[in-house]
Formats: sequence, structure tokens, C-alpha cells
Amino acid sequence: MTESVAKVAAPGTVVGTQFEELPDAPPKRKLKFTPVGKVAISIVCFWLVIVVIGPWISPYHEADLIADDSFTPSGEYCSEWEEGMCSFHVLGTDYLGRDVLSRIIYGARTTIGVSFAATVLAYIIGVIFGIAAAVGGSKLDMGLSRVNDAFISIPHIMMGLVIIAAVGSTIPILIVTAGCIYATTVFRISRALALDVMVSDFVESARARGEGLWWIIRREILPNIAMPLATDFGLRLVFIILFISSLSFLGLGVQPPDSDWGSMVKENLQGLVYGSLSPIAPAIAIATLTISINLIVDDVSAHAGGRLAKRML
Amino acid sequence: MMFRMIMRRLGIGVVTLWVVSLLMFAGTEILPGDVAEIMLGQEATPESLAALRGKLGLDKPAALRYLEWLGDMATFDLGLSLAGHSGTGGGGATIEVLIGARLQNTLLLSSIVAAISVPLSVTLGLLAAMFPTSLYDRTVTFTTLCLVAVPEFFIATMLVLILAVQLQWLPSIATMTDFESVWDMLRSLSLPILTLCFVLLAQMSRMTRAAVLNVMSSPYIEMAILKGVPRRRIILRHALFNAIGPIVNIIALNLAYLVSGVVIVEVIFAFPGLAKLMVDGVQVRDMPLVQACGMIFCATYVVLILISDIASIVSNPRLRHPK
Repeated sequence: MTESVAKVAAPGTVVGTQFEELPDAPPKRKLKFTPVGKVAISIVCFWLVIVVIGPWISPYHEADLIADDSFTPSGEYCSEWEEGMCSFHVLGTDYLGRDVLSRIIYGARTTIGVSFAATVLAYIIGVIFGIAAAVGGSKLDMGLSRVNDAFISIPHIMMGLVIIAAVGSTIPILIVTAGCIYATTVFRISRALALDVMVSDFVESARARGEGLWWIIRREILPNIAMPLATDFGLRLVFIILFISSLSFLGLGVQPPDSDWGSMVKENLQGLVYGSLSPIAPAIAIATLTISINLIVDDVSAHAGGRLAKRML
Repeated sequence: MMFRMIMRRLGIGVVTLWVVSLLMFAGTEILPGDVAEIMLGQEATPESLAALRGKLGLDKPAALRYLEWLGDMATFDLGLSLAGHSGTGGGGATIEVLIGARLQNTLLLSSIVAAISVPLSVTLGLLAAMFPTSLYDRTVTFTTLCLVAVPEFFIATMLVLILAVQLQWLPSIATMTDFESVWDMLRSLSLPILTLCFVLLAQMSRMTRAAVLNVMSSPYIEMAILKGVPRRRIILRHALFNAIGPIVNIIALNLAYLVSGVVIVEVIFAFPGLAKLMVDGVQVRDMPLVQACGMIFCATYVVLILISDIASIVSNPRLRHPK
């Protein structure tokens, strides 16, 4: 039942604007979020605000060595060497005596920025090749799909490790690596979605009208696959955040002195024994962000019935 | 027909492995400088470089070296590591020696994890599917969604914080030396095992629940409901047997996932396993070692995915007898 509703509603925006006046127009369905979904949206918005205004609200700079001791607990810290040199640290300091809160605020930019860039890249590559495979005839489809199958059957983290072992780790390399690795999944999804549209009656009639391939891609395929792909974008972003922080955690992702949530957990890991918040706070930051995005995607796909993206995980 | 489909799938598996090996080999080719330069480092003179290249066979064309490397891999002659991991200094330890014990450790860890998490998560997922939208089901769905969305190292750090630092029940580092008993060994390995179990449990029970619910929405189940068959009987007699194929598929997929999950966990707990060796290799850019470990991991992964695909072919009558 939900399936059939989904098929009508998924391209809803397009249908809605064209046939709104008709008496039997499908009722407009408003996207409603569950209470949990609303909390999730506010958490994601919170992190986005931090990304934008981070450097202005951060109490210290990410690289400032403030405390002489490592892993000072949260609260006020006064230097033993200089009289009256006191500073306040909400989350304490890390293994080099840097303010943890400031590093998390700065790290939000790196973690979210790098992951977002990689996701966008994955989408650009994946969607272009996916649509090409769907419209370009069976030979092109066979070729692209077989190559993709081979790439998809290498564990992501292994592929990342081998590439980074070969070419080293800088932020551009990290973005390109993650983008290319995750483009394989995007390719599969967008190809499947575009193939669905290509066999539909309205594409057939467009062809009969004599519309060109480019027109069909732009006016029929893209609007119809946009919504499910948008839901999938959120999921893909979560996976890329996890991938990049895992690499950083292994010491192979974002390199110091840049702060990044994954590498912060790694470098402060020994502070766990002293009950320091420095390894836990960035880990919680990642968890809040990824769980929230996942919850939002859940709500949106329950609305759009976009099961395809989930099925093809 | 089924035989032909399986053979075809096997063929694809072999091709995949071949492409993987090409990629792994390409890894060394795009490195600036070659293995001989890295091995000699500062002491490189044109003569010694040429001599070492000759000894290692680096003066041959790339295609030929690739074939030789592939042959060596197939016969488990993994060659020499660049860095002296076992204290020989300046490289030269054979990779088989480095890998041997490590591979055993990793296999031990993953088999314990699999033995615990597979039955548990299938049960959890099945129960959740039996009582959809009940409080139990919603708890399981929400908890597993959160667990799936967090990185492995988050789960690991939390477990260390609670079980090793606060309560001091378990050691925070997993060593593999001198055990007095099996109990001792399990205690030492308990945190890595727990971490991996959590991750696998979350994924597997979610997928099992989805697979069973998927079967539950098919017409013959509807028929059984309309006939008045009790719910428990529907699930155990009708749904479960048809869900076995997807469930086996899910188990194989998740065991394949262990291949990447084990990387993070071994590093956190300093567990002397294969993945730790590989990450160490990446840090010092010891390409032969990385290639060998990478090939082992990828081959395991490809084989497990292969098993999961064959399981779904065998268990699905429609795939077994295509029209």
C-alpha cells in the first residue's frame, strides 16, 4: 500500500505544481517530523551554526598551548609557573594542554567540511556515471557496472588504507579518496533509479515526441530521481563522516595541527585513564551528528517511501 | 540451471579478485621512487640501486613484475617486508613470518565474535519482527539505529571508560601472550570482543528484522492470517523458512563487515592482529606488507560476499529455476 502511495508522491513537487488545479489532483502531503526528528534537526542545525561561526565564538584558538599540564579537568586552571595566569576550560585541556572545547569547535569545520565535500564529489561522479549507464545503452551499462562491481567488493577502509599508504594523507587526497570510494554506491543507486524512469511511459512518449536524450535527462530523469537521491545523500554523508573519522582515528586521515574529531579521540586516548573528557567529548560530537542525520533520513524516507536507498545499502 | 548461475557467480568472484590484485599492485607503481630507493634510503648510490633493483627484479617491465607478484601471492610466497618489524633492522623479514601468528590472532578474535553475535542477533531481530511496533521492537530499532550510526571507536572508548576505567573489571589492552587458561585469554580479549559484538549485533538484528518483516508482507502470509492461523505459528512455520535465505545472506555480509571493523578495534586495544600489522605498515609505507595484508583481507571479503550471494541463489526457488 505504502509503495503505491510512494510512487505517486515521490515526484510530488513536479506533479503538484503542474496539476494543482485539477479536481482529482493528489492531496498535497506535508512533510511531518516526529518529535525525535525535530530534536535531530535542531542538533544538526546547531552543528551547522558552529561550522559557520566557530572561529568567532571559540574561547581560544585550536592550536594555543594554554595549560602546562596535560589533561587538566574541566573548570578553572591556574598556571603553577606564573602568578595570576588563570584560564577557564569548560571541557578541560587535551594531551598538549590545548582547550578541548575550542578544538571541537574548530574540528567541526574540518570534519563536517571534508565529509561534505567528499559526499558532493561522490554524488557528482556517481550520478553522472549512473545516468550515463542508464541511458547509454546496454554495452556502456555492462562495462560500467562490471567495473563498479569490482570496486564495490573491496572493503572501503582497506581501499582507503592502500591509497593512503601509496600517496600519503592530505586533505585534498582525503576528499578525493572518500569521494571516489563512495561514488561506487551512489552509482548503483542512481543507475537503478534512472533505469526505472527510463522504462516509464512518460519517457516513451517524450521520445515519440522527438525529444533529445539531454532533454529527457534534464526534464524527466533528474526531477524524478532527485528526492530519493536527496534522502540517500544524508545516509552517504553519515558513512563518509564515519569513514573519515575512522581514518583520522587510525592517524591516517586529517593530520595535525588541524583539529578533527576523529584524530582528537586518538591523540587523547590515554587521557581516558585520568577520567579526562578530552577523548570522550569529540566522540560524542560525532555520535550526536551522525545519529541525528540518520534519524532525519528515517523520517524523510518514511514520508517519501524511499525504501530503495535503504535497500541498497 | 542453478549450477550454471553459481558457476557464473564464481567466475565474477575470480574476476573481482583479479581486479583487486591489479589495484593493489598499482599502489606501488604510483609511489614516487621505487622499493629499492626506499630500502636503501640515504645510502643510495646509482650502483647499489642498480644492484638492488637487479636482485629484487625491479628492472623488469611492470607487467612482468605484476605476473610474478601474482604468482608469488598464489603460492603464499609473500616476499620481504621493507621495514624490520621483527628487529632485523633495515628490512628483510619475510612477510609470512610477520603475518603467521597475527593471522591466527585475528581469526581467533573474529570467530569468537561471530560465535556470540550471530545467534544472538538473529534471535533479537526475529523477536522484534514477531512483535512489530511493540515497546520491545521500538527499543531494539532505536538502540540499533544509534549503534549503527556511531563509529566503532566511540563504542570502544565508552566501553573502556565504563568497564576498564570506572569499574576496573576488564583490562583496557588486549595482549596475546602467556595465558594460564582459556578464561585468562577470554578476559584479556573481552573488550575487543564486546565492541565488535555490539557493532555486529546492531547491524545484523536490524537486517534480520527487515528481512522477516519483508516476508511477512507477502500474499501467502496474508492468506494465513485470514485463515486464522495464530501469529506465532505463522512466523515459525511459514515466514521463518522463507526468511532463511535472506538471513544467511545477512550473516555472510556482516561477517564480511568484520573485515573492516576489526581494523579499528585492533588498533584501539593494541591487539597483535593482522589489521594492526597492516595499519603499522601503512604508517611506515611498507608497501609489500600492505599489499599482502590487503590481499588477505580483500580475498576474505570477496569470498564471504560470494557465499552470501550463493546462499541467496540456493535458497530462492525463483533464482534456482529462472523462467
